Amino acid sequence: MNLSLELMLQLAIVVPFLAVVAILVTGHNPNLREGVTIAACLILIYLVVNLYQGLALGATISVLWWELLPGLTISFNIEPLGILFALIASFLWLVTTCYAIGYMRSHQEKNQTRFYLCFALAISAVMAIAFAANLFTLFVFYEVLTLSTYPLVTHAGTEKAQKGGRVYLGILLSTSIVFFLLAIVSTWFVAGTLDFKLGGIFSADVDKTLAGILLVLFVFGIGKAAIMPFHRWLPAAMVAPTPVSALLHAVAVVKAGVFTILKVCIFIFGLDLLSVLPTTQFLLYLAGASVLLASLVAMRQDNLKARLAYSTVSQLGYITLGALLATPSGVIGSSMHIVIHAFGKITLFFCAGAILVTLHKSKISEMRGIGRQMPLTMLAFFIASLSIIGVPPAGGTWSKWFLMMGTIETEQWVLMVILMLSTLLNIAYLLPISFHAFFPDLIPNKNQPNKCSNKAATSINKQPAIGITEAPLPSLIAIVITTLGCLILFIYPQPLFELATAVLTNRE
Amino acid sequence: MIAHLPALQVHLPVLQVIIPLMAAPICLILKRAHPVWLFALITSGLAFVISVLLLQQVMTSGVISYELGGWQAPWGIEYRIDKLNAFVLLIITSISTIVLFAAQTSIEKEIPKSKHTFFYILYLLSLTGMLGIVATGDAFNVFVFLEISSLSAYALIAMGKDRRALWAAYQYLIMGTIGATFILIGIGLMYQMTGTLNMEDLSQRLPEVAQTRTVFTAFAFVIVGVCLKLALFPLHLWLPNAYAYAPSIVTAFFAATATKVAIYLLIRFTFTIFGLSFSFTTIPLQTLFMALGLAGIFIASTSAIYQKNIKLLFAYSSIAQIGYMIVGFSISSVTGLTATLLHMFNHALMKSAIFLALGAVMYRLGNVQLSSFHGLGRQMPFTMAAIVIGGLSLIGVPLTVGFVSKWYLLLALLEQGWWPVAVLILLGSVLAVIYVWRLVEVAYFKEPLSDQVPVKEAPMFFIIPIWTLIIANIYFGIDTRLSVQVAQAAAMSLFGVTP
Repeated sequence: MNLSLELMLQLAIVVPFLAVVAILVTGHNPNLREGVTIAACLILIYLVVNLYQGLALGATISVLWWELLPGLTISFNIEPLGILFALIASFLWLVTTCYAIGYMRSHQEKNQTRFYLCFALAISAVMAIAFAANLFTLFVFYEVLTLSTYPLVTHAGTEKAQKGGRVYLGILLSTSIVFFLLAIVSTWFVAGTLDFKLGGIFSADVDKTLAGILLVLFVFGIGKAAIMPFHRWLPAAMVAPTPVSALLHAVAVVKAGVFTILKVCIFIFGLDLLSVLPTTQFLLYLAGASVLLASLVAMRQDNLKARLAYSTVSQLGYITLGALLATPSGVIGSSMHIVIHAFGKITLFFCAGAILVTLHKSKISEMRGIGRQMPLTMLAFFIASLSIIGVPPAGGTWSKWFLMMGTIETEQWVLMVILMLSTLLNIAYLLPISFHAFFPDLIPNKNQPNKCSNKAATSINKQPAIGITEAPLPSLIAIVITTLGCLILFIYPQPLFELATAVLTNRE
Repeated sequence: MIAHLPALQVHLPVLQVIIPLMAAPICLILKRAHPVWLFALITSGLAFVISVLLLQQVMTSGVISYELGGWQAPWGIEYRIDKLNAFVLLIITSISTIVLFAAQTSIEKEIPKSKHTFFYILYLLSLTGMLGIVATGDAFNVFVFLEISSLSAYALIAMGKDRRALWAAYQYLIMGTIGATFILIGIGLMYQMTGTLNMEDLSQRLPEVAQTRTVFTAFAFVIVGVCLKLALFPLHLWLPNAYAYAPSIVTAFFAATATKVAIYLLIRFTFTIFGLSFSFTTIPLQTLFMALGLAGIFIASTSAIYQKNIKLLFAYSSIAQIGYMIVGFSISSVTGLTATLLHMFNHALMKSAIFLALGAVMYRLGNVQLSSFHGLGRQMPFTMAAIVIGGLSLIGVPLTVGFVSKWYLLLALLEQGWWPVAVLILLGSVLAVIYVWRLVEVAYFKEPLSDQVPVKEAPMFFIIPIWTLIIANIYFGIDTRLSVQVAQAAAMSLFGVTP
């Protein structure tokens, strides 16, 4: 097929959307419906990879769809950061679909057509966000993403899901309306344009205080980046089925948030301006506080998904922090962390879901000894934990390395200490899970009351007889793929590194 | 016949008003409800075509002045169509036509058969009144048409099947009459000072006597009277009940048009007749309207959150939306006025769609209490989806019309450097999220009540007009050329700026 790159760019947004229609039509036949989804995933990956290659060859592509108001356009282009986000999202969509087929069927979820439909719609929005050529386009699809994921969060339809959905929608819509939109209109008013441009769009003599306020509005307004105190939606969204938590709340939605932050920092403010704004330091500490506090809260969570959710809040803080450092190392670290954290966190969520469907356990205190029943899953959990913590042989090493470099370059010693402390906390809240799963009797669990350990102990006594019961095959395949991803990113980070470096050097 | 059309073209301004006026008594001859409905629909459709032609003509060749009966302007009555009222005429006639499409189905369940013919007569008279207020260039003529539209409106509201409709109509009657009287007193005082009733003439003669107490008094009477009609907080008390208990079709029609006509009057009186400098410099209208507009947004939105009757909920939301228009108006800049005009158009689209959808719910369930919405998301998917999209538009989500007007309003506020007000406007949208989502949650997450009989989707006569309006909500949210261009041109001409 010889499609022009312009066409491919548009197809990348349209294909998931067409998938929505196809899923709706084929909804009565689950096999066909899921076949359609997989086909859409494969086409999307093909398109995005082609775009990636096109970018590597130095092609510049821009597409104008529509001029909404004079000067305000819905238009798209490609640049390294967007490609990076699109690559990860499209690839993980495939993996997650694979996982979801196993999960949703064995969990006998209702309304599966709606699930796949909204999922595809969300991916379509993610692609549009990734390729957005201006802040306005990004904002439009940012809101589409919020609304299209609402039915996914409330999938179960229970009182709890409804409450979670309320928090989810409430925080994301309110922050985006009150802060983000205000920041966008003000930017439009001050700079006269909303186009993403390397080095920023503000003129050099812009009022620093005003720009500083705008930066705060942006960081608060991009609620999807879950900077404390606007993080509550993320744990609330954990009532969603695991594949949703996995892709959307560990990859697509939150990454759309930090991606937007990076975009704003690099292409709206520009690193030079960013480093001299009066509010940058405050926001850096806020991000640092977010990293540390979320890790502390994560330690206290007994529900595995909730613990992972808070871990995500903490890790998103890293990315925001890296972007706000306004140095090349910070940006490279943040960009790489988008990908690396995505692989790590999706694996952890997949494992959590696998444990839920196979052993029907969601509490960490009940998971002692499950390594005997689900060795592969727990091994994957262990490797992904290493990646999140940032130690070899997993990918997280690299991104944390660059983030640390960034803090040293800018002499932000407090932040450096925070990052180190947080790494220790990561170890403390992630590793014990896989450790206890394999060696339940080695260390008595001090944190848990006796009742729970008794319960855990009895379940251990009962269950070894069953032997190995891993998750459904499609889910297991997904887990293996993402785990391998974590390892490959450590051994072979070169392409990712190059793409992340190109973010700041790509000429337009 | 075709050959005579160009000759008719010069008479368009008066035909706009006279066709529905003449059609009303003809309904009496037709008598039976069904033909009357078709006839009213055709009449309204014709009015719509005329308003489109008028707008085209105004946009290409400027202001149209039409002398009624050939009497020259200051003595005779002049109909004067400029960009502003051509735009408002378009809003009124388009909504009226779309809403009428569903009328026959809706009133079958809400109004006794014997009154159907009268319903259409009143509807057409009310339409005539609104079109007359907007089209005329004569201040006293405004009052005449105001009475036509108001009197028919009282009767229409009183037709609601709930007995509280009578009380609501009575409340509206009292308040509306006070408003109309105030306007009349104001016009009388102006006449006394200038000796003219023609708007153009008034605008030229008023500045000479602007610094007199009589003109101040005239201004005060007119503004208060108009504000009563447009339900500006705190003069809004008549509106919620009137909207809630009127027949659904009437609510859909009035919510989209009646207050818009009053806002048109406000703009006409302040900008054209009294003039910008008098209205905004001599009189502190800006601070006053800004404060009242904001208070309206917050108080009405908060009241909306606590309503159990969904028509009442959206009626309060209407008062809040009027607040937005008033805030845009009070900025007194081209962008601000553009925002107000845009929001008049956009709000008409959202509210008519929502109230028509509520009419569909009323048709199936017989009431619109929040508890009746349990599980309606599954039972009436198209109707509920329409309410959700209408609600999103109300919140101002991008790609809906609500976003476009909000964008302009924010821009206008930032132009003046009024950051705090911009923040308040956005917080107002968050309140809209709350009251819309309360309904969404009940409709989609709650199981139907056990004593509730399962219902089917609304009939096609509802679904088609509702979705026409919803598609317009999205279409004009994306293709903003028509609405923005016209609104901007109208605002510019009011400020005397040439593009």
